[in-house]
Amino acid sequence: MNYSHDNHLYFYGGVHPDDSKKLSACEPIKDAPLLEKYTVIVGQNIGAPPKVIVKKGDIVKKGQKIAEASAFVSANLHSPTSGTVSAITEIIGVFGAIVPAIEITSDGKDEACESTKIEPSKASPEELLAKIADAGLVGMGGAAFPTVVKLSPPKAKKIDTLIINGAECEPYLTADYRLMLESPDKVLRGVAIFAKILGVNRIIIGVEANKPDAIENLRKSHLLNEYGIEVKSLRVRYPQGAEKQLIYALTGRKVPSGGLPMDVACVVQNIGTSFAAYEAVYEGKTLYERVTTITGSRVVKPGNWRLRIGTPISKAIELCGGIKGDVAKIVAGGPMMGLAQISLDTTIMKSSSGILLLGNEEIIQYRNQPCIRCGNCVDVCPMELLPGPLSVYIENERFDLAEKEFVMDCMECGSCAYVCPSKRPLVQHFKRAKAEIIAKRKSQQLSQKAK
Amino acid sequence: MTELKENLKMPEQEKLVASVSPHIHSGVSIRKVMLLVIISLLPATFAGILFFGLPALKVIVLSVLFCVFIEWAWCRIDGRTDDWKDFSAVLTGLLLALNLSANVPWWICPIGAFLAIGIGKQLYGGIGYNPFNPALVARVGLLIGFPKIMTTWMPSLNMRDSSHPLHKLIYDVDATTCATPLGVVKTAVSKPDTVQNVFHSLCNFDAYLAYLKGDMPGCIGETSVIALLLGGVLLIALRLIKWQVPIAFIATVAAISGLVNYFSPNTTPGPIFHILTGGLILGAFFMATDMVTSPMTTKGAVIFGIGCGLITSLIRIWGGYPEGVSFSILIMNALTPLIDKFTLRKPFGFRYNENKV
Amino acid sequence: MIILYSILILCVVALILGLSIGITAKYFLVEQDPQVEKILSLLPGANCGGCGFAGCSDFAKSLSEGKAEVEGCPVASAEVRKLIAQVLGKSVSDYIRKVAVVLCGGSNNFARKISEYNGIADCRSANIIAGGGKACRYGCLGFASCARVCPVNAIEICDGLAVVHSDICIGCGKCVKACPRNLIKLVPETITVHVFCSSKDKGVDKKKLCDVPCIGCRKCVKVAGEDEMLVDGFLVRTNYEKGPAADLPLRAGCPTNCLGNSFPYSYKKLSKGLIEEKVA
Repeated sequence: MNYSHDNHLYFYGGVHPDDSKKLSACEPIKDAPLLEKYTVIVGQNIGAPPKVIVKKGDIVKKGQKIAEASAFVSANLHSPTSGTVSAITEIIGVFGAIVPAIEITSDGKDEACESTKIEPSKASPEELLAKIADAGLVGMGGAAFPTVVKLSPPKAKKIDTLIINGAECEPYLTADYRLMLESPDKVLRGVAIFAKILGVNRIIIGVEANKPDAIENLRKSHLLNEYGIEVKSLRVRYPQGAEKQLIYALTGRKVPSGGLPMDVACVVQNIGTSFAAYEAVYEGKTLYERVTTITGSRVVKPGNWRLRIGTPISKAIELCGGIKGDVAKIVAGGPMMGLAQISLDTTIMKSSSGILLLGNEEIIQYRNQPCIRCGNCVDVCPMELLPGPLSVYIENERFDLAEKEFVMDCMECGSCAYVCPSKRPLVQHFKRAKAEIIAKRKSQQLSQKAK
Repeated sequence: MTELKENLKMPEQEKLVASVSPHIHSGVSIRKVMLLVIISLLPATFAGILFFGLPALKVIVLSVLFCVFIEWAWCRIDGRTDDWKDFSAVLTGLLLALNLSANVPWWICPIGAFLAIGIGKQLYGGIGYNPFNPALVARVGLLIGFPKIMTTWMPSLNMRDSSHPLHKLIYDVDATTCATPLGVVKTAVSKPDTVQNVFHSLCNFDAYLAYLKGDMPGCIGETSVIALLLGGVLLIALRLIKWQVPIAFIATVAAISGLVNYFSPNTTPGPIFHILTGGLILGAFFMATDMVTSPMTTKGAVIFGIGCGLITSLIRIWGGYPEGVSFSILIMNALTPLIDKFTLRKPFGFRYNENKV
Repeated sequence: MIILYSILILCVVALILGLSIGITAKYFLVEQDPQVEKILSLLPGANCGGCGFAGCSDFAKSLSEGKAEVEGCPVASAEVRKLIAQVLGKSVSDYIRKVAVVLCGGSNNFARKISEYNGIADCRSANIIAGGGKACRYGCLGFASCARVCPVNAIEICDGLAVVHSDICIGCGKCVKACPRNLIKLVPETITVHVFCSSKDKGVDKKKLCDVPCIGCRKCVKVAGEDEMLVDGFLVRTNYEKGPAADLPLRAGCPTNCLGNSFPYSYKKLSKGLIEEKVA
């Protein structure tokens, strides 16, 4: 379907997978019932994992801090319900490795801890920032970068534009869409909080044109004029929601290689994060639950659920009525950048935007045939790289050549592997190359220091 | 509060597949790409059989069968038992056949298949690793190994009719062999007093029509320009080839031949003749655009096309052979890695001036 | 007559060419240090790069220039080292050659899989994707990254497990760097008893993931001599400085069969000493 949109700047490349959002687009957000046990993974954000401040046997309330941010780039962690800390343990995490986790057994009462609300119009930007830091907000679009760090750029970098990412370009995911449809005012108030902290004049919300009702909902709100927010509809193309491509489409600025959005005077935040900011400031809630889309052809009843952090995936699947048919893959996140799960005991994190259950005929069967230099990948790479020749270098372990041809600029969006006729796992090659190059740079730095 | 039902069906953990993202695929495969290219070659194949009859069909069938057989055998010996199923051998066989004359003896086909698949492709490790276009390796190998056989052309079935504009090209009394227009031009250029008459008889409107239709002597697949263009347009519309390569190739040949013809009319006929005769359209759309052996960048593709056009014109106008398309493409294939290296584009957000950032 | 002239001309050409070769050989000769040549002839010639230099001739040159130590070559045996040291006029300490061993017994037969892995068949790449399919996060992935870098093809992948042929291994150390799970160790070639497990998990957990783990029962520690087997948390390992006798696996009665000898030696037929026997 051709959706009309009003942005004129097109980033190079990108692919157009079938968006499969109709499975869950019409399902309103439902609250998940209380579970007996929640296992909260400790390291949920980019940067240093928080330091655990509770021990076995401690009584906690809902929303109480159970781990403290341990560095500048770190975030607090809060309990999803009231109960007892039954164990400090380890489980298989979303990346397949074993990670530390805090197990909390619920007492059924679900009592919230004490909290303070702030009225943003009367508060200073510093007070708002402190509240957001206290609530443990991280980027809810999937990256989990601590929000307080993004909102505190160094003094040298002036910020003039706040961009809100409502693109949700990954297929299957509808969590942000439902938030915009059901609670547009809360989302807009959250956006305004960010704008006040940063002190920007220009605020743009970018939404892909395949969500026309969400765009209209946002545009109807009176808060748009009150806060001076623009809503722009974007061309439907993956990865429109990628930071660099989003900034380029909305402002025409190109984030330099190896740089951050603040290098072009922009800050990008997600719709879900904005909603969480509203709850943190206006309702005094800390971040212990999020909206997740549980969908796929193998789920009996796909839907959008408000799940608490620490809900096991198995329970989430039960909420949707279990499975029908054979499940070949469980993906945490979207199908283009998400992670394949190997354990049903993994739990929901702050960044788990979706859980997909896919069958054998829908998933890719990687075969790693030789690169036939067809150029499909070159046509779709949004970072304008040459993925095919890069993968040939990496296969032959020539990481120096790969580094010279800019493999470090790859954002692992998966567009290249999506169109590769040889079914090569290109993103795996690039992950390997990046790991080797970073390790080599580290060892070079160490040997320089030793000299 | 929703009630959680008992006895819900849950996924089996051991059967879950763990792989890297992305987890979905557009459905394109090597086999589909090869099939589409074969389909785009079908008009030219049919035109060849139409104008050259059953001998052409024989060459095509033998060539394809031998190519597939050699690929199957080589892959089996090498331990890669599934590689022959991707239809690339069928495509190479078809292209090889379209590059042969219809009256070659049957044993040229297996030798050509061995040169194409064995030497030109499998020796380097199979598909994706060969530096040269396999069909052209075979064609040039056969041309150098069996020059007399590879340069005797069969007239098209309608050429025996004396009203055919190219009827006088048939020099053999039995009318079983003849020269191609480019061959006639090559010999005519050495005789300056009659050269303009020869050019005229080959460059008039009726002759051009014959070239467009394909009713002329030459390789099975290179004669019918209209059939080839149909296939070429299909390839460009499906985005299977880079349109820069054929356009640059043909434009360069037209420009150089036009210039030379303007300043020295006795050296070579005009650009329309050069475009419509010889293997230029076949080479530009189907051989030079072979994915494995041509550059991956668009700037590189343009350079590749211009280079091919340059060398083709040089060989045609001043070289020893009447036709230069095969040699020029092979030479440019050898330069492809170099072209790729120098036309590498910079990524999104590349810091051109370190000081500005 | 023509034949005579042809022969004459060819002879003259041959003479001229021969003379020029001779003159070039004499006046453009590059002086080779005889010491470097002697060292080069003594070195094993594997060109494996285990010394850190670009091949044996580079190492020989560095040795004679004093930029390298004789101990740098892991492949040379003790006698060869003594000979090289003699050429250089130095002394060298006693040395037992080292060979590599993969400290894991989890072949596909014994080790459980946690998921189906679909991706590049390379250990370092597979390790990034949820542990490459093997349930044990310390176990051998079996995708032959080590076997590919071995300059003498000493590593064989048997049923998804890498096994080093210690009679072929030259001890260069390339496989040690290739393994993403650090399973390969360089050990003295005289010690052939190893615990083929590197998992630091608890014994009970280990048994769920694999049939042949070291559960830390310490039977072998008790049977062996003092300090010959060391305990390291839930794992037991051989003390490679004071190795146990080669027949320890036979005497110890390991319940999971994780104690064994390095391939291709076998602890059977003890009365005649160690016999090279191909393990099934």
